[in-house]
Amino acid sequence: MLRVRDLKTYFVTEHGRGTARAVDEVSFDLYPGETLGIVGESGCGKTVTSLSILRLVPEPPGHILPGSVIEFEGRNLLAIAPRELRSIRGNQIAMIFQEPMTSLNPVFTVGDQIAEAAIIHQRLSRGAARARAIEMLKLVGIPDPEQRVDDYPHQLSGGMRQRVMIAMALVCHPKVLIADEPTTALDVTIQAQILELLDRLQKELGMAVLLITHDLGVVAGHTDRVVVMYAGRVVETASTTELFERPTHPYTEGLLAAVPRVNAPRSRLHAIPGQVPAATAWPVGCRFHPRCPYAWDKCVAQEPPLLDAGDGHTARCWLVIEPERRQGTR
Amino acid sequence: MTFASWLALVIAIVVAAEAVRWLRHRALAHEHWRRFFRHPTAAWGCGILTFLVIIAIAAPLVAPLDPVVQPDPVRLQNHPPSLTFLMGTDVFSRDVWSRFAYGARISLGIGALGAFIAVALGSLVGAVAGYYRRWVDGMLMRLVDIGLALPRIFILLMAVALWDRLPFAWLAFVIGLTSWFGTSRLVRAEVLGLREREFVVAARALGARSSRVIFGHVLPNAAAPIIVSAALSVGNVLLLEASLSFLGIGVAPPRPSWGNMIADGALSLYTAPWTTLFAGLAISLVVMSLNAVADGLRDALDPREESS
Repeated sequence: MLRVRDLKTYFVTEHGRGTARAVDEVSFDLYPGETLGIVGESGCGKTVTSLSILRLVPEPPGHILPGSVIEFEGRNLLAIAPRELRSIRGNQIAMIFQEPMTSLNPVFTVGDQIAEAAIIHQRLSRGAARARAIEMLKLVGIPDPEQRVDDYPHQLSGGMRQRVMIAMALVCHPKVLIADEPTTALDVTIQAQILELLDRLQKELGMAVLLITHDLGVVAGHTDRVVVMYAGRVVETASTTELFERPTHPYTEGLLAAVPRVNAPRSRLHAIPGQVPAATAWPVGCRFHPRCPYAWDKCVAQEPPLLDAGDGHTARCWLVIEPERRQGTR
Repeated sequence: MTFASWLALVIAIVVAAEAVRWLRHRALAHEHWRRFFRHPTAAWGCGILTFLVIIAIAAPLVAPLDPVVQPDPVRLQNHPPSLTFLMGTDVFSRDVWSRFAYGARISLGIGALGAFIAVALGSLVGAVAGYYRRWVDGMLMRLVDIGLALPRIFILLMAVALWDRLPFAWLAFVIGLTSWFGTSRLVRAEVLGLREREFVVAARALGARSSRVIFGHVLPNAAAPIIVSAALSVGNVLLLEASLSFLGIGVAPPRPSWGNMIADGALSLYTAPWTTLFAGLAISLVVMSLNAVADGLRDALDPREESS
């Protein structure tokens, strides 16, 4: 359904101090009806990847390099005319943003904003648009939709606003929904409600969902497959169960070890040492080697390609072909 | 002054006062507008403007005489204010009060129309420059720099001199065309901040075209500074019109405007000060009132100032 190949989105930093390679040769596929998770720390290029799909990366300073391919239903979104692109945005591929506080326009009622995509793409009349907005509010589980439709964003709570964002994205029944950290700004109970809502709507409307998050707990319960990103690269892809049972890339391993567990004896939480390097200067060789507990000279010398670990499981790590080295350190 | 015009004048004052009282009453329900009326000067400004607008609209009712008619150029020349001639008569024996009322029409009309053109154009240019950035911004802002650097009255003198007798609407248009530079800078600065907001990306993600994003999402969020600048522009345009008319190239006599009333009376300033006093006073009052209203609006529309 959505095929991303060799996506490279670079940013020119100010004063010409270099190019930030925020997304570097990222490839993945999204199949109809599935939920694909993209995980990684802040600064790994997750958000830039999602913005690139709809060509929403601010240009300048950003630009998507030629040779990148984002194919949706056989058309390369990076090559089509702006007019055609607009007819896909919000209509076939919709997006939910991280901050429900700032992603809604403060001067319009939520009804107006929900109806906007329907007015743009389906040329609904005002009355029909309003009716649609009420229907959507009902769908995303907002009580009293007839009253809420005339509320302004500041009159709603964070969870309500995120529901409104979801309603906005789904008005035209898109085939693909890109959810960029849809629950990060919300507290835990609301998070769970929003994720359940997304699951339910996905089944009802039969869309494919690209769920971007840094929270492995979210990934575990709500995705079918996972793409792990690190330093602008895909470092591991696997089905969700496979990933949790058999994490292959040391970065994924570290992420999983860093998740607090309810049933484990109390101990200090594991942390991956160091931090994501700056996107202007990725390390040579494997980009994870400075933080990797297993790294050896080969990792510094040469960056591994995505290696097949069986059953559609791939990892960008030399350990896939030299598994015996894993025993050594830890 | 006939009985009918006295009556109309009294009614105008009462209506203006009542209008402000009603507005104030309505304002109590909204915290924003309560903030507006917290300024006593804003309420006064509002009242004065309402009064003058009523006078302008109802000029035929409040004016006892035709503003261009000369009842008795010999005996009624420069007659001081009296019950018959509320503001006296001018050097051609015309009734100053009648000219004042009809002059309000033209002066306020040009002020409003000119300011509307200036603000519309300024908002458009500012929004386009701020939204598209890059070379569009560079070009438009250099144009604005040039516009701001040239003395405005000089441009106007040239523009107006090209036509012999400029119709009223054209005068407003020409003044508007030379008054948008400040507004465009203000709007551009506002848009530069707004374009980075997430809801702008969200609107684009919905498939909105640039024009829809600019006019539907960005500009409405810049409404507060635009409205304030509109209020200030009216005063500026009014002053410009007055200067042009005083120089004899604005509103063509014998049609009255506050500016050419001052020009007509300038020669008899010492012997008949009333011929210039009232028009001059009106211009100052309008500009002061507009400034006060703009101040009030600034406070009322500023989202950063929380309710108290």
